[in-house]
Amino acid sequence: MLSVRGLTKTYAAGDRALDDVSFEVPAGQVVGLIGPSGAGKSTLIRCINRLVEPTGGSVHLGDLELTGLGAGGLRRARRRIGMIFQEYALVERLSVMENVLSGRLGYVPFWRSFLRRFPVGDVEAAFALLERVGLSDHANKRADALSGGQRQRVGIARALEQEPELLLVDEPTASLDPKTSRQIMRLITEVCAERGLPAIINIHDVVLAQRFTERLIGLQKGRIVFDGPPSALDESVLTTIYGDEDWTTMDGPESAHGEADDEADPVELVTPVSARS
Amino acid sequence: MSRGAGGVVEATEAARRWRRPPALIKSRRWRWTLGVGAVVYLILAISTVEVDGQRIAEGMERGWRFVQGFLSPDFTTRWRDISQGLIESLTMTLTSTVVGVLLSIPVGIGAARNLAPVPVYYVCRAIVAISRSLQEIIVAILFVAMFGFGPFAGFLTLSFATIGFLAKLLAEAIEDIDETQSEAIRSTGGSWGQLVNYAVQPQVMPRLIGLSLYRLDINFRESAVIGIVGAGGIGATLNTAIDRYEFDSAGAILLIIILIVMLAEYLSGFVRKWVQ
Repeated sequence: MLSVRGLTKTYAAGDRALDDVSFEVPAGQVVGLIGPSGAGKSTLIRCINRLVEPTGGSVHLGDLELTGLGAGGLRRARRRIGMIFQEYALVERLSVMENVLSGRLGYVPFWRSFLRRFPVGDVEAAFALLERVGLSDHANKRADALSGGQRQRVGIARALEQEPELLLVDEPTASLDPKTSRQIMRLITEVCAERGLPAIINIHDVVLAQRFTERLIGLQKGRIVFDGPPSALDESVLTTIYGDEDWTTMDGPESAHGEADDEADPVELVTPVSARS
Repeated sequence: MSRGAGGVVEATEAARRWRRPPALIKSRRWRWTLGVGAVVYLILAISTVEVDGQRIAEGMERGWRFVQGFLSPDFTTRWRDISQGLIESLTMTLTSTVVGVLLSIPVGIGAARNLAPVPVYYVCRAIVAISRSLQEIIVAILFVAMFGFGPFAGFLTLSFATIGFLAKLLAEAIEDIDETQSEAIRSTGGSWGQLVNYAVQPQVMPRLIGLSLYRLDINFRESAVIGIVGAGGIGATLNTAIDRYEFDSAGAILLIIILIVMLAEYLSGFVRKWVQ
């Protein structure tokens, strides 16, 4: 179980990216994190595995407090948290297999990873995962030879290769076409269900979020403004999350992660939702 | 630029006029002062260079003899000296490049801001700065004084120069890597060594190989230059030939140097394409 309490992040420039964020994710729950660009979604999930150092508050994974860990403890804790990235973040010039096996880096000594002599069990697990995500024929291809959807599948396999207790997913579909986006979201929620794996998924596409997650957290200007089931998300809630004023303040720290280029119109975001209900 | 109601036509015409805003210096006065100042200085500076017509006339003749030597290069008379110098130079070049590259990898990693802790960063940057600020010839003179004439001094000089060149460019390549890939490796719980091996090395390897080959060809050219101050190799042979006014042998040596540099250029192009 993940528990986040009073999490705050202020960047050196003085921008308050997260402001007293608290929530809990019970085992097996898939949570969608929605909100406009610059709301602090990327910062929030990066504060959980401390790729971004939070300024205040605490994060507990099970009984372990992640926020108080030293360098070695943090590395051991990160092994338990898988992460999937917006631009896939595969090491482009390594093979698909090396990318998947890099999920075991926290478990193997340096010389083993350097010589690519991973334990047999790790390699078998990697082959099984490649089969699960439908890429068994591509193990020895270079990662940059794959299409966007295929790369994201490798990213998913890499995260699962860690045998994580929690999945952090940062805009998994932002660089993909609508059909592939749905396939990737389905795959992520399926593997989470298979493994009873809780996940936090940052996502722009409200429709996708509603369809594939069981709970939504709405973030606006670093604060939680909505927390409930997808069915409770109506137009008034969407207006609270994606208020007009927000579209002028997109120069937050998140723009560095390429979110600013996604210029979704708030009105269009609402329309398909109301059309569905 | 008034948009008064009285001058509608004028106003639209004025509004349509456009000039590119000054790129560097906003103030008109400073732009002119600096521009005119630079031209005046240039004229004054050039006028202080003394030109001796008679000396040029004499020199043209010597220059012509040099060119004639070039046009009828003599490979045979001094072939033993030339081949020995060549072998010495090539040995010096290859060994110093290998040693220099091996030494500049740790220095380059240390000089990359995104990988090294602050004290290490400053130490490695200092090594790079020292190596780059001392020109090869000066270093060669120092090493010749320390270790005597011959290729060993040349080997040390070129190794030392390679560190400054390669470590700096390697550090820049490392600082330019795609950080999301290292984020991904860090998020798996990988150690610093694994981060370097998995996220950084694959990204900078093609550049490192390309730069090493480029340095190999610089080192060969430099070996010809530092030979003149006593650090062995083809440069020493070239120096002797010029001292003896054997311009035909000197021409042969220069042609061989050009040929080898072109060959190296051609081959390194191949290798670079292959490692992409």
